[in-house]
Amino acid sequence: MTENILHTEKLTMQFGGVMAVYNLTIDVYKGEIVALIGPNGAGKTTAFNCITGVYEPTNGSVSFCGKTIVSNHPQGRMKKLYAGDRDITRSKVISPTPDKITKLGIARTFQNIRLFKSLTVFENVLVAKHMRAKQNIFSATFRLNWPEEKRAREECLELLEEQGLLQYKDELASSLPYGLQRRLEISRALATKPKLLLLDEPAAGMNPQETQELAEFIVRIKDKYDLTILLIEHHMDLVMKISDRIYVMDFGKLIAHGTPAEVQQNQRVIDAYLGVADDA
Amino acid sequence: MADKKVHSFIVKNRVTIIMVVLLFAALFILEKILPPSSMFFVVLKKGAIYALVAVSMNLLNGFTGLFSLGQAGFMLIGAYTYAIFTIPPEARDTVYQYFDGGIIKFALPVPVAMILAGLAAAFFAFLIGLPVLRLKSDYLAIATLGFAEIIRAIFQWDKLGPITNGSNLLRKFPGFTSVLFPFAVSGICITLIVLLINSSYGRAFKAIRDDEIAAEAMGINLAKHKQLAFTISSFFAGVGGALLAMYQTTVQASAFTSAMTYEILLIVVIGGIGSVTGSILSSFLFIACSEWWLRFLDNETYIGSFRVPLLSSGFRKVVFSIIIMVVVLFYRQGIMGTKELSADAITRFFRKLRGKTKEEAAK
Repeated sequence: MTENILHTEKLTMQFGGVMAVYNLTIDVYKGEIVALIGPNGAGKTTAFNCITGVYEPTNGSVSFCGKTIVSNHPQGRMKKLYAGDRDITRSKVISPTPDKITKLGIARTFQNIRLFKSLTVFENVLVAKHMRAKQNIFSATFRLNWPEEKRAREECLELLEEQGLLQYKDELASSLPYGLQRRLEISRALATKPKLLLLDEPAAGMNPQETQELAEFIVRIKDKYDLTILLIEHHMDLVMKISDRIYVMDFGKLIAHGTPAEVQQNQRVIDAYLGVADDA
Repeated sequence: MADKKVHSFIVKNRVTIIMVVLLFAALFILEKILPPSSMFFVVLKKGAIYALVAVSMNLLNGFTGLFSLGQAGFMLIGAYTYAIFTIPPEARDTVYQYFDGGIIKFALPVPVAMILAGLAAAFFAFLIGLPVLRLKSDYLAIATLGFAEIIRAIFQWDKLGPITNGSNLLRKFPGFTSVLFPFAVSGICITLIVLLINSSYGRAFKAIRDDEIAAEAMGINLAKHKQLAFTISSFFAGVGGALLAMYQTTVQASAFTSAMTYEILLIVVIGGIGSVTGSILSSFLFIACSEWWLRFLDNETYIGSFRVPLLSSGFRKVVFSIIIMVVVLFYRQGIMGTKELSADAITRFFRKLRGKTKEEAAK
């Protein structure tokens, strides 16, 4: 039995009257690459934001390595507005800020690249080392943390070399070409030493050649850094090739789940993507 | 081992050290040569003080991306704290003449009082930061501006008279006469800020400035780091306020208006948001322009019997505003942008120059 890395239990996110994610229950096991797919507006990124603490879910919980990290039930205004089922047993509210979740070992990338534009490539990666450092503001100002800082720098240089970004290390992050910016964003996430990596449309805007390279890259980093990966993607060839399992969402709900071959045959998935004929 | 480290530090930074020593030597000599009433010293003293406050504001606005307009309020707290704790006991009766000599009957040494000034400003910043730093951009600016105005009103409140002397002047506290003093204090403080900016925390601040959501996803605790930047910036604004009190020899709360914050904001913008050396340069230029170089515009001037038009009291401000508009229009990024002027950059520049002249000579 492999270890359960990520488990969401009836995760629900309601914005006003809009149910963006409803009763999403997914499991991700150690060493897997799991894809979350669905048409535009299905609620995939919202689900990511709930897992990483950007949003506080309206209802449901998230556990990471067996420990509950996010948990909520409808309260306040949502008590009246909540449109989901009402058999709620959770009483605890846990809503950590995103930095706490990153510290636990969940790193993510963003759909529209979010690099620190005015910092160099090297500094972008180095920022990730800040959270685990034992320094305080005085030791950092007076450089008493130099051994720690030096080690962090060496680790980052090593990481950049492995990712083939070493030659760009002193360039501004915003001056890199698009493909490399994507790679830098993933490298930056890796620098936080995550157990679970969430990739939000890593192949967006890439041509088939680049997508191909990215697929190999994802598999390579997964093996190398002993990662588990959950990704959102629209390039079906990429998804079908590298994922072990696929969850399909439509209008906030999970509509199918299985291996790539199973999902491809699923009638509900085909309907969701192609639409159902009206005259039936 | 320690000796070796010190040695290598000196070797690495020799150009900077030589420049600092030369600067102080030059100031020392200037003081011997020029009469002490020279406008030059006014510019140097006030410029050094404004440089410190501008750099502290830049730490917040330029490096952490928090648009705050509370600087005058924190300077006021610093100036008052310094003044209140350093008026000699024997002079208190005359200063607090309406409040029975005040309730504080002792005086602290100057360095202690200066640090206390910074700490008091930092403490208030910490308290005000708890609710206010949840706001973003313009809203934060409005909230901090409001805070500064409230502080100004509170310090003039009669009921606080035994401490703040109400709306009366505080005076008779120790000041400075030599221009070396504000330079030394500002120099030390700015060095500390630069060390902070170049540390791991500085990187975290810049990350927050560039993209808050990504910074949070990288494990940076937004609330904690914003609070840190705000408190530290206010600490140095408080020290700057203490220096300003010493320079003016009197303190009155009504002088710390929001116009003072705007002056500092202007210095930061003209120098380049995100450039420490830019802020320093522009604060000296700003003070020189407003206090010295444009003075002649305020005087009625006659050439022969012809009265030069427009030159009358207040015209200086018009010209000054136009200069600022021109600077902002043509140097969108400020004088320095986000670049820094360092010893390395200067030596590199001279080396390049020398290389070029050699090449020309070879031709």
